[in-house]
Amino acid sequence: MLDIDVAKQRAGTALEIRFESAGGVTALFGRSGAGKTSTVQMIAGLMRPDAGRIAINGRVLFDSHTGIDLAAPQRRVGVVFQEGRLFPHLTVRRNLLYAKAAGDNGRYGGVIAMLGLEGLLERKPATLSGGEQQRVAIGRALLSNPDILLMDEPLASLDAARKAEILPYIERLRDEAGPPIVYVSHQIDEVARLADRIVLLSDGSVAATGSVDEIFSRPDLMPLTGRFQAGAVLGARVAEQDVPGRMSRLAVPGGSLWVPSVPLPVGSAMRIRVRARDVSVALDKPDRISIRNTLPGTVVSVTESDGPFRTIAISVADETGESRIAATVTANAVRDLGLAPGVAVFALIKSVAMDRRSMALPPRDEIVT
Amino acid sequence: MLSEAESDALLLSLKVSFWSLLFALPVAVALGWVLARKEFRGKLFVNAFLTLPLVLPPVVTGFVLLILFGNQGWIGSWLKAWFGIEIAFRWTGAAVAAGVMAFPLIVRPIRLSFEAVDPRLEQAAATLGAGRWRRFATISLPLAMPGVLAGAVLGFAKALGEFGATVTLVSNIPGETQTLSLAVYSLLQVPGEESAVLRLTLIAIAISVLAVVASEILARRARRSLSAEDRPGNA
Repeated sequence: MLDIDVAKQRAGTALEIRFESAGGVTALFGRSGAGKTSTVQMIAGLMRPDAGRIAINGRVLFDSHTGIDLAAPQRRVGVVFQEGRLFPHLTVRRNLLYAKAAGDNGRYGGVIAMLGLEGLLERKPATLSGGEQQRVAIGRALLSNPDILLMDEPLASLDAARKAEILPYIERLRDEAGPPIVYVSHQIDEVARLADRIVLLSDGSVAATGSVDEIFSRPDLMPLTGRFQAGAVLGARVAEQDVPGRMSRLAVPGGSLWVPSVPLPVGSAMRIRVRARDVSVALDKPDRISIRNTLPGTVVSVTESDGPFRTIAISVADETGESRIAATVTANAVRDLGLAPGVAVFALIKSVAMDRRSMALPPRDEIVT
Repeated sequence: MLSEAESDALLLSLKVSFWSLLFALPVAVALGWVLARKEFRGKLFVNAFLTLPLVLPPVVTGFVLLILFGNQGWIGSWLKAWFGIEIAFRWTGAAVAAGVMAFPLIVRPIRLSFEAVDPRLEQAAATLGAGRWRRFATISLPLAMPGVLAGAVLGFAKALGEFGATVTLVSNIPGETQTLSLAVYSLLQVPGEESAVLRLTLIAIAISVLAVVASEILARRARRSLSAEDRPGNA
């Protein structure tokens, strides 16, 4: 478990970073300049905080009061950098085995297999694609047997196809009881797929912490999470497969959603992100309409802002539970429909809007259809 | 083909260059790294001092070395008392002169190539548990190797051709301090030795070309190892 409470004066802004992360994947989320990378560097021992304390599993890495400041090699903090930083003069194998701990902890074979590196071992980093380089970088950091793994925007320099190729490997890493992960990103789809908890950074300090669904469905945070990318993240279960129609019905707490065919057996758990801008609101239940998903609910809140848009939080509930869905609509619509907390509405969600990027699925080669 | 005096001069030159490089290179690597990576007071002074052998008249450098390394000199008397090494008028002195004159040429490419090594790679190595020495030996030095080779070849060539400081420090004694360059000069003073001069000149050219080609090949191999797969059996 990571416990950090530090202050650092940077050119221009002051950083005040304080959060705890228990296990699983904690996302450090925020715009560029919010202090994400500085936080990673302070944990890794590559940047010295002005004051504060950093501890992992009770082991103090930095404490300005007692004068403890472990050097980076002593910290047992693995880092996957945005640019990979593979050693260009060493083969993939020797990159992977660079850490002294790498040879003798018996995990070499498992890590190679998990990341699909078997075919790359004798090659030099320059001959690898960007996605392959990042997989090697992840393997190299894992094999150093770290107490925690920091991933600093590991996908930021990759194109969409490469991202899609590597995300399943990171999901697998998360699911295979590896070290706790701190995942830095400003991409909401990555965070929604990977993270258990979110630490939302803004202008050098922590604006909010919470679970993924909590943070992304809080309308007051949407200026920080980003209006156009923002939306609710729902835990879902595959409830029904419409094979001829190539659609799947997903059960979410409070209702169900029809989405384009999900290649998972009925009963599988998954996660789905419903972007606020893909949700419309109606006061009456529309009959003759192409939109497949009409969920009855109640308005919980309407955010005020200066722009032409408003974000509405809608509670959708039935005997199976409750989900919060966010909808972005215009201020005029709020006025004309009289939308306010307590008003009963129908949330309309186009199935077409929910593409593969919105859904967290297992790696491609494990998909059973 | 070569007279005894000529082959003596050739072998002496190679010996002098070899020993001057053997001592100068590790110091140059250390200094090149320090200058590339560290900021300290007096760095400007160190830089200026390093350039001195390039800009001073070689005879002046040789004279300063004579004062320092002569049997009465600070360093010379110390070396003689502790190691029994004599510098003045010995081949060892020729090696000292060659090393000192070549040193700035060795340091410069080494320093530049250390500066070109991405410090973020060293950071990555640190997060993998590698301490300062291991980072230097496994990351910085191998990546700077093309520059180290370039410095070594430049230094070797300079040591081979050094004249002014050498003749001032150790004179021109056949069989002891008469290197290739000094032998060519001496032969030129004697009428009718043009063919010997030509032979030694051709040898000097051959050695220099060989050294440059060898360093080119090594540097190319070092570059290739950064960009391509290891050849089979080379891993």
